[in-house]
Amino acid sequence: MTDFVVENRLFDPAEALPRGELAALQAARLVETVARAQAVPFYREAFARAGVDPASVRGLDDLARLPFTVKDDMRAAYPLGLLAVPRARIARVHGSSGTTGLPTFVAYTRRDLDTWAGLVARFLTAGGLRPEHLVHVAFGYGLFTGGFGLHAGIERVGAGVVPSGGGNTPRQVLLLRDLAADALICTPSYALHLAEVVREAGLGPSDLRLRLGHFGGEPWTEELRQALERELGILAFNNYGLSEVIGPGVSGECAARRGMHVAEDHFLVECLHPETLRPVPDGEVGELCFTSLTKEAMPVIRYRTRDLAALDRSPCPCGRTGARMGRVVGRSDDMLIIRGVNVFPSQVEEALLRVEGTAPHYLIEVSRPGALDEATVKVEVRPADFSDEMRRLVALRDRIDREIQAVTGVRMTVELVAPGSIERSAGKATRVVDRRPPGAR
Amino acid sequence: MKIRQLSLFLENRPGQLRVPCKVLGDAGIDILTMSLADTQQFGILRLIVKDWQRAKQVLEAAGQVVNVTDLLALDVPDHAGGLASVLEVFERTGLGVEYMYAFGLRQRGKSATLLFRLEDPEGAQVKLASAGVALVSAEELFRRAAA
Repeated sequence: MTDFVVENRLFDPAEALPRGELAALQAARLVETVARAQAVPFYREAFARAGVDPASVRGLDDLARLPFTVKDDMRAAYPLGLLAVPRARIARVHGSSGTTGLPTFVAYTRRDLDTWAGLVARFLTAGGLRPEHLVHVAFGYGLFTGGFGLHAGIERVGAGVVPSGGGNTPRQVLLLRDLAADALICTPSYALHLAEVVREAGLGPSDLRLRLGHFGGEPWTEELRQALERELGILAFNNYGLSEVIGPGVSGECAARRGMHVAEDHFLVECLHPETLRPVPDGEVGELCFTSLTKEAMPVIRYRTRDLAALDRSPCPCGRTGARMGRVVGRSDDMLIIRGVNVFPSQVEEALLRVEGTAPHYLIEVSRPGALDEATVKVEVRPADFSDEMRRLVALRDRIDREIQAVTGVRMTVELVAPGSIERSAGKATRVVDRRPPGAR
Repeated sequence: MKIRQLSLFLENRPGQLRVPCKVLGDAGIDILTMSLADTQQFGILRLIVKDWQRAKQVLEAAGQVVNVTDLLALDVPDHAGGLASVLEVFERTGLGVEYMYAFGLRQRGKSATLLFRLEDPEGAQVKLASAGVALVSAEELFRRAAA
């Protein structure tokens, strides 16, 4: 553990807006958002189907009447069908992996990028980042919102950035040691992997200057937090976001570390029962649903995240008034998060079908033997694919291997197994066995 | 002149080899010879049995994946350099060997019978015959084995 203490500091006074003023601001911004969304055919049609006259939306009480938006709507709008501004106003495009192999794109205007950087700066400041710090970013820079999103937030704080990007762990360790960054930004599982490589290199926390870690992009546990703090000599903070809503910066922890404050002046948050879609009481786990309040390029209305977490609206000692969301404890769909990448079993199925002749009898096994997730796909060999020649079977396995990586973006170990060896169930087939500790999925 | 070979898919875990052997045993089918090819993850069991149709049937009924391939049985001179002289013929006639069985079916001092899995068994038969290499028929192979 570090003896470093994070003093409470607000980046933006809006973080501590009294609830009454916050509600008034939210109501006004919701009306604007609904109006802005009418530029998008999808939302016009969704409102019409739900029988909601956009002009009748006057305040927060109307939220429950508004139609939901789901990931499939985003996919159907590929590439930029949900754009609410003229193309000329796009300042940047990001994306996330999709089940069809096509990413889901999200667009930002200049003002959206400005808002986003400010939101990232909020959670970084809350978690102790100061202008005099140097920050090592080990998130990939690209379509993924992690790299560029955090980068802009760090610069907004006024701190220095080492834009290391993803991969090449030994080199990352070298940079951490020689440039002596104060803070580390990556996924929690990559941080643990880094810690292991640091140890293997015969180094320890005293060889690094790290004092802070801001981790996000995947769910993690309190145990992992403790391990990371011990191994790297840091204070570790959790943050949350998703590209459909804006990217990282939707919520983040303060020094009290009792949940992540949602930037409620920019996003309305609902916690709903995944089946009834009615609000669950505070403290109970439900599916988080967000409505953007200030986004221009791609406003989202009641976006169902499928992430399961609880909300806490009790006052926080830090003075921030935004509701706190607990750790994401699971998903309300079958999506897996493997090494920070969203993977659906249907993607694996699609990859198998691309390899001619492969029967779609498969089982995905996910575990976390060390720091990183490992995924194995067991595939039954069909008589038609079976050959007496070893090289043909090895070639078949390699082809499946390549297709899975091409479709999901994740490397999985492919194991050919005997026909009938994967258990058949009467109802919905079991496609996934997740052996990772609960809360780390 | 071809010899039918059965190939089975095996997962690399304990008990996988026993199952097909037991199935054949229960059906009273004798294994003439076999070979195993393996990787870290899975293996291929290759079998030569006399009544291959029935063997295939019982194995498939037991849930095994069975593949049938043709091998050629050759008499190789039973002296030092005997196999090399046959392989020289393969090389000269452009025959590629996928894999082979070396087992102890030999007529002492005369010849040893070896089984070859060749890339193109049909074409190989013709080429070997014209090169004067004697092929052993399935009937002859099993007759010798029973002797």
